[in-house]
Amino acid sequence: MGAGMKRTLFDKLWDSHVVERLPDGTCVLYIDRHLVHEVTSPQAFEGLRLAGRAVRRPEATIAVVDHNIPTSDRRAGISEPESRLQVETLEKNVAEFGVPYFPVLDARQGIVHIVGPEQGISLPGMTIVCGDSHTSTHGALGALAFGIGTSEVEHVLATQTLLQRPAKNMLVEVSGRLPLGVTAKDLVLAIIGRIGTAGGTGHVIEYAGEAVRALDMAGRMTVCNMSIEAGARAGLIAPDETTFAYVKGRPYAPAGDAFDQAVAYWRTLPADEGAAYDKRVHLHAAEIAPMVTWGTNPEAVVPITGAVPDPEAEADETARGQMRRMLDYMGLNAGQRMTEVPIDVVFIGSCTNGRIEDIRAAAAIARGRRVAAGVRALVVAGSGLVKQQAEAEGLDRVLTEAGFEWREPGCSMCLGMNPDKLAPGQRCASTSNRNFEGRQGPGGRTHLVSPAMAAAAAVRGRLADVREFV
Amino acid sequence: MDAFTTLTAIAAPLPLANVDTDKIIPARFLKTIKRTGLGVHLFDTLRYRADGTENPDFVLNSEPYRRAQILIAFENFGCGSSREHAPWALLDFGIRAVIAPDFADIFYNNCFKNGILPVRLPRAVCEQLMADARMGNNARVTIDLARQVVLRPNGEEIAFEVDPFRKHMLLEGLDEIGQTLQHAARIDGFERERQAAQPWLPSLHA
Repeated sequence: MGAGMKRTLFDKLWDSHVVERLPDGTCVLYIDRHLVHEVTSPQAFEGLRLAGRAVRRPEATIAVVDHNIPTSDRRAGISEPESRLQVETLEKNVAEFGVPYFPVLDARQGIVHIVGPEQGISLPGMTIVCGDSHTSTHGALGALAFGIGTSEVEHVLATQTLLQRPAKNMLVEVSGRLPLGVTAKDLVLAIIGRIGTAGGTGHVIEYAGEAVRALDMAGRMTVCNMSIEAGARAGLIAPDETTFAYVKGRPYAPAGDAFDQAVAYWRTLPADEGAAYDKRVHLHAAEIAPMVTWGTNPEAVVPITGAVPDPEAEADETARGQMRRMLDYMGLNAGQRMTEVPIDVVFIGSCTNGRIEDIRAAAAIARGRRVAAGVRALVVAGSGLVKQQAEAEGLDRVLTEAGFEWREPGCSMCLGMNPDKLAPGQRCASTSNRNFEGRQGPGGRTHLVSPAMAAAAAVRGRLADVREFV
Repeated sequence: MDAFTTLTAIAAPLPLANVDTDKIIPARFLKTIKRTGLGVHLFDTLRYRADGTENPDFVLNSEPYRRAQILIAFENFGCGSSREHAPWALLDFGIRAVIAPDFADIFYNNCFKNGILPVRLPRAVCEQLMADARMGNNARVTIDLARQVVLRPNGEEIAFEVDPFRKHMLLEGLDEIGQTLQHAARIDGFERERQAAQPWLPSLHA
């Protein structure tokens, strides 16, 4: 990139991490932070062992357990043998290769994408990777953060770099303010509904505009988290005073003079005035309502005031077939009002919505109300520290008195690798990120919603418009 | 990793868009610490009925597609989770190439690390190739990576694009880490300069 060129936030993050540019444009890209968990790392550590390689920078790496662990009392260990083996394998690997690790009984343990920002391990200006597609979460800090496969996990462990080609720039601008009862989750679902599950493929999405600037860091993380559901390589939000205030004082963040130096650098990261984007999308915040998915991918979404769409109105044959299959799988009928859909289970948690702000939002709806008869409602904090904070605020009591289960931190029912699963045919209002077939358990049916909407659904026993509760 | 040069094989049509990696290999099969053995669970929910028996309507459960080495699908193949278990499951089943109008980025990238060639071709071409593939045993599709062409059973050649670096790595079956370590001195230098320019970058300790 020549001097004087106007650059986007992504361009600046990319340029500042290029170690070497190969003749065809592939770059050796330096990685500042590598987050590791038990599911996508065993084969990578095994690869290092077979090749006689070390971890190049253990001090740039952090490991946690999150996908497999039960969310009940963990002092008894993990009863499921394969899950236990995966966790034990991680513990053996971090010990052998000297990688920092938060074990399951450590209060700092939690979902990797909650832990990184919470600890100040993820910072603005960094490149951050993890063998998990929701690594896009960390882009909320103004870091280039993306998910990688296990071969690349091994590559980063061995070299602290990746071989990558630059992505294209996409700008999603949201003007105005979100209406009352409409949250970051609704915003990102509306964006995905607009651009589609492949709308961001090959691009890094930068979110901008008044509605995005007005979000707190939790909301920004929710938005960036779901960038991958629009197919984007990563999501980004330019760092600002909200970002700096969030980072300040975190355990691993720079402190004192070092923090001031860092902030001075972070202020240079936002896009230059007039920088070019390959694609631009604009939304009006005022037009967005609380959203809910009706199908089996995140673009199959409507406002809660809407109805299940009719496949027969779809012109494209493949799309029509896919919609029919979705309705069949979801057990829904064309034209059915979303507020008439009964639910069996509510799941509040995940890397999308497992932060303290999310639990506060759910508790505000649950306070003084009761979970409807026959509904099972789970609240799973994103980390041990989120859980402690919620308990210090008395939110656990509000929720348990309303009939919610209050559980230990982990990925839980977002993907059902631990015992928290839907039974076949069960319908769930979930604050997680994917409504794919079988995602929350074979045959399970997922409706993606915000934490407040999930709590409202728990109380009503069917999908509900949270604006009737506030 | 096995090199990929040319492949002449049976192709299986999978006329679905947005095939996510949960569909390719559901999360409950990710509890392995190995790369191999996942082929039996490839497309598990499409391939097997609730009682565990094969779904006779699914393409990979019928001859000759049990022996397919090429898969042809529609848009946004491999979307969702970054799990490399998806290409591992395809490879373990025997699939060495996937042809589709476009792929999700992480899946596309993961394929190359495992000797699988993802080929992007326009939707109309994919439909044509699916029609060819439905001729079953009477049709073979050839993919020639060096020449960057797909050969239809009737001999027609269709050109496709692939990055020169990825093509080279796949043709030679090269270990990417070994390639990168040739730049080790540059990485060392970059690291020193970065730490000097941004001394506030913190280290994590065990």
